[in-house]
Amino acid sequence: MALAIALILLVVGSVAFHFLSPWWFTPIASNWQSMDDTVNLTFWVTGIVFVAINLFMAYAILRYRHRKGTAQRAKYEPENKKLEWWLIVVTSIGVAAMLAPGLVVWARFVDVPEDAAIVEAVGQQWHWSFRFPGKDGVLGLTAAGLVTLDNPFGMDPGDPKGQDDVLIANPELHLPLGKPVKMLLRSKDVLHNFTVTQFRVKMDLVPGMITYLWFSPTRIGAYEILCEELCGIAHFAMRGSVVVDEQSGFDTWLASQPTYAQTVARVAGDPVAGQAAYATCMACHGPRGEGNEALHAPKLAGQGSWYLARQLRHFKQGVRGAHDDDVYGKQMVAFAGLLDDVGINNVMAYLATLPDGPLPATVAGNSAAGKPLYVSTCAACHGAAGEGLWATNAPRLAQMSDWYLSTQLNNFKQGIRGSHAQDFYGAQMALMARILADDRASNDLVAYINTLGKPESQLSAYNDRP
Amino acid sequence: MSISGLFLLVVAAIIGWWLFARQLTAKPWEQKQSEADDQYGGGASLALGPARAGLWLFLGVITAFFGLFMSAYRMRMMVPDWSPLAEPSLLWLNTVMLILSSAAFQWTRGAADHGDAGRVKAGLGAAGLFALAFLAGQLLAWQQLNASGQYLTSNPAIAFFYLLTGLHGLHLLGGLSVWGRTTARMWRGGSPLGDIRLSVELCTVYWHYLLLVWLALFGLLLIT
Amino acid sequence: MAYVAIADRDVHPHDPQTFFTRYIWSQDHKVIAIQYSLTAILVGLVALVLSGMMRLQLGFPNSFSFIDPSNYLQFVTMHGMIMVIYLLTALFLGGFGNYLIPLMVGARDMVFPYLNMLSYWVYLLAVIVLMVGFFVPGGPTGAGWTLYPPQAILPGTAGAGGGIILMLVSLGIFIVAFTMGGLNYVTTVLQARCRGMTFMRMPLSVWGIFMATVLGLLAFPALLVSAIMMTLDSTLGTSFFMPALVSMGEPLDYKGGSPVLFQHLFWFFGHPEVYIVALPAFGIVSDLLSVHARKNIFGYRMMVWAILAIGGLSFVVWAHHMYVSGMDPYFGFFFATTTLIIAVPTAIKVYNWVLTLWHGDIHLRTPMLFAIGFIFTFIHGGLTGLFLGNVTVDLPLSDTYFVVAHFHMVMGVSPILVVFGAIYHWYPKITGRMLNETLGKVHFWLTFLGVYAVYLPMHYLGILGVPRRYFAMGDTNFIPESAQSLNASITVSALIVGVVQVVFIFNLVWSLFKGPKAGPNPWGATTLEWQTPDTPPSHGNWGPHLPVVYRWAYDYSVPGAKQDFIPQNQPGDPALTAGRDHGIKG
Repeated sequence: MALAIALILLVVGSVAFHFLSPWWFTPIASNWQSMDDTVNLTFWVTGIVFVAINLFMAYAILRYRHRKGTAQRAKYEPENKKLEWWLIVVTSIGVAAMLAPGLVVWARFVDVPEDAAIVEAVGQQWHWSFRFPGKDGVLGLTAAGLVTLDNPFGMDPGDPKGQDDVLIANPELHLPLGKPVKMLLRSKDVLHNFTVTQFRVKMDLVPGMITYLWFSPTRIGAYEILCEELCGIAHFAMRGSVVVDEQSGFDTWLASQPTYAQTVARVAGDPVAGQAAYATCMACHGPRGEGNEALHAPKLAGQGSWYLARQLRHFKQGVRGAHDDDVYGKQMVAFAGLLDDVGINNVMAYLATLPDGPLPATVAGNSAAGKPLYVSTCAACHGAAGEGLWATNAPRLAQMSDWYLSTQLNNFKQGIRGSHAQDFYGAQMALMARILADDRASNDLVAYINTLGKPESQLSAYNDRP
Repeated sequence: MSISGLFLLVVAAIIGWWLFARQLTAKPWEQKQSEADDQYGGGASLALGPARAGLWLFLGVITAFFGLFMSAYRMRMMVPDWSPLAEPSLLWLNTVMLILSSAAFQWTRGAADHGDAGRVKAGLGAAGLFALAFLAGQLLAWQQLNASGQYLTSNPAIAFFYLLTGLHGLHLLGGLSVWGRTTARMWRGGSPLGDIRLSVELCTVYWHYLLLVWLALFGLLLIT
Repeated sequence: MAYVAIADRDVHPHDPQTFFTRYIWSQDHKVIAIQYSLTAILVGLVALVLSGMMRLQLGFPNSFSFIDPSNYLQFVTMHGMIMVIYLLTALFLGGFGNYLIPLMVGARDMVFPYLNMLSYWVYLLAVIVLMVGFFVPGGPTGAGWTLYPPQAILPGTAGAGGGIILMLVSLGIFIVAFTMGGLNYVTTVLQARCRGMTFMRMPLSVWGIFMATVLGLLAFPALLVSAIMMTLDSTLGTSFFMPALVSMGEPLDYKGGSPVLFQHLFWFFGHPEVYIVALPAFGIVSDLLSVHARKNIFGYRMMVWAILAIGGLSFVVWAHHMYVSGMDPYFGFFFATTTLIIAVPTAIKVYNWVLTLWHGDIHLRTPMLFAIGFIFTFIHGGLTGLFLGNVTVDLPLSDTYFVVAHFHMVMGVSPILVVFGAIYHWYPKITGRMLNETLGKVHFWLTFLGVYAVYLPMHYLGILGVPRRYFAMGDTNFIPESAQSLNASITVSALIVGVVQVVFIFNLVWSLFKGPKAGPNPWGATTLEWQTPDTPPSHGNWGPHLPVVYRWAYDYSVPGAKQDFIPQNQPGDPALTAGRDHGIKG
């Protein structure tokens, strides 16, 4: 009795939940309305079956439940061929009604429109980058073996078709409104999955092969790209965004992005000119780039120049130091504005010549308590020795200013740093910094980092492999 | 995958046919069917006995195992970095050894059927020796490959070669352990020849089967 | 008579002498079954605790310092693998299969008792190797239970050095154990049925376990093949699955391997695995429904055919797990079609369960509650399968919480409800005592309603677009705050369900000593295991003579019969059988 009532209530409750649920598809922003339609159709067919069978079952329990003291007896009924065949036919019709539209829509998905523009999405642990084919409309050749710090896309320098390819070395992609796009998907390391929830379609990126999907954006706006194929420890932090814009806005954006030829042509910095420019920096960061806690200036010597250069640009562009609570970051904004791109390069070249000395520890904590988190999680990007990895956009931590690490961990956690929409990699760190429950956890972690010696190489992977 | 698919189809067909012969369509609740069913004597449905049935089932499992490896081989071949392997000619000699081993088992089985203990001993000895010769030959082939600079990691065809021959060899080693037990029992004497006969028969089936697997593997290696 | 020669000789084929041989190195299928079941339940409790940890993080992100992204994924991986392989597969086949097959087909034991014993100890070894993973540096693998390369064996994933190897080795050992057991189960069904036990007189439990074992024997080799090749890729540097790639900025020596090949092999095992778990549940629940509704299972033949059809079809649907894997998209047409076809025999089974209740005399005792609970959750999980099997519908939902909710409903909750029902049902036979009804009902209601409160809302998180295997959602522009509240409520429900299992464990232990004594056949069931001379059945099961079977397994409420059930080994009575035929017409 109770069971029959429970079943009826569950059916009613499920249907009510379905219709009242505020959790439903996000408004669609692509041409794949037909996918939503097939989902809705499936909901109707399966929903009716769900209600019908369960209510029938509840009724059967109510009606044929055993009652004490009555001489009730079940009917002997081995089978009923007619009924069974009838049920098979009805079920088959229902199944076909769901399958047929699904296959029709799938045929459209498989068949990419002729006029679809080609864009390549490149995935790696744990961020996105993108490539447009440039004026010739053809993407140049790439190879995994060619990937280096200076050639993160693995472009084949000998392929003329690749010279005009436009490289977007950050996880923000712009697309024009209403134009079909064929996304070619390439992975440098492990499986990833390109998903924009509002576009509905998704596909895995598989190293060693190129996969694809296509859609036409139908709504202006910014949409998140999520990786939806488990790709390691920081899987949940592998995010990007698609900005859908009018054609003119898109064209302006695309024109401002560098081609492969342009990135190759960038000249190396001049350390002598850099030394002159560094004179301004020296007051706070010290003559040997060793940093100065009293002036809130972190150590620079030994830090990856790709990282320092990016931070300088972020300060210049207002991506960093813009938050009201980032008191010391704000001080840096004015100084960063003194350097143009050439100046940044020169300063980097000079910094690379500075000796990388050890620092006294200033943060006290229980390094043993901090170790597990560092080893299991932080090391994935920053390296087991805290050496930093350009490939994961993770700066060096070992033997850098420890008080600065504490401040920044706190800033990330509070949203003072890493909350700007253009601070893509800072946003990843913000997701991670939230793991730290309190200041003690943060101090323990920094204390563990203090136990790490001066790293031998900045490029070595975080754990040794055969 | 297609090879495995085919294999499973065959398995399904066999099961289906056999169950059909067992009247899968019977209505066991009807009086007439019930009377017919009462005549069923129980026990062996395949007229094989548990040991034989168990062995045949096991061969089915191994077939799935090697079939899937062969499917994986075919699928891996489609990747452009594939380069075919020049098989050492020693393999031909090894194949002859395995055929001889299998034939010796067949002969032993005949001897066991006739109750000729002396010939059973001789046959078992010969079968074992040829099988060991095959294994030694396979090891030698590995060495030849290794000596010519073709290592496990050199290319996928070589990796598959080492893997498939190694696994086949392991299966043969498993068979040899049963062969060893049977031979020891035979030489110790005391076991009734009837028991030995079953062991010899099962070994023979297993040997023939491993020969078939080897021929299939060798064939696949040769044509690719 | 041939039958005497085969079956009645050797009444005590390997009589145990000491405590040690009786309970530890036992070759008795019933003892082995209990060893299998207890080990599986124990390791399942570990997996339950792991799921609790995952739910804590998801419901209350970053509140617990012992959960970080790395060990979160380790929990996910170990929870999944343990539940699917080491709990459900081992419990249904090693546990229920071992206990029920010889008793239900009227055999004294499995045909290869020694191999059967070995199977358990090798299984235990596999479990131990798996658990060692928790104690090696780097911990167990965090690659997800699918273990997809390249990620599983590269830095950036927890346990990429030691954990993954232990996992692969443990799986290999498990497959060896399973093969030893599986050959036994199939051969016993084929070769050791008692006199009169034709195939179509077998209870559906035996059919389900039999077909599941056949699937396992053919499907597990695919897992073994992929495990061997991945181990070589990881340790010796071959390139079966590993393409040229750059790991953490450094190019590795691999080249040309195909990660998708691994996925094909994995799912060629993985999909039949779903049915390896589901088919025994289908079979067992059919028998529970029939016994407690005092009515024959409706459409027995159709049920047998459906088991065979589902088993066969389960080998041609594997790539529906791979619609977004980057395989040739044209495969989508084929696999969507085969997948939706498999819905038809599955639906038949559901109809027949429900029709078994119709015109029944339904006793709502604890096993029956779980059986009906199963029908409800299975309908729900089966129907959401129609979403994910249909390639276009799968696309927006793939890799979201919809998938998680679906497969937990269909192959987590549903089979587990059957496991509970089966334990309440057969416990009197196994121990000679009844389980406590009141505790059983408390256990049922909290578990049943609790799991629905967990998984129903979870589907809607998936539709919203919340991805699975995310340590934390963080800030997005499309997931509202309310989704987090929903996640918290799911966690609370999940924890309640987890804690309620203590009631069940307590009941198991308490009733062993204090439960009311059960007769040999407390439910009034027809099948042979209830007709043993001793309860619990002694070694050799049947005393001096094997049973002889005279009827199918479902002679309940036969018109004209005095009792509402006629045991399978009761000789035919012309008057009764006439009434039976009459009953069919009436």
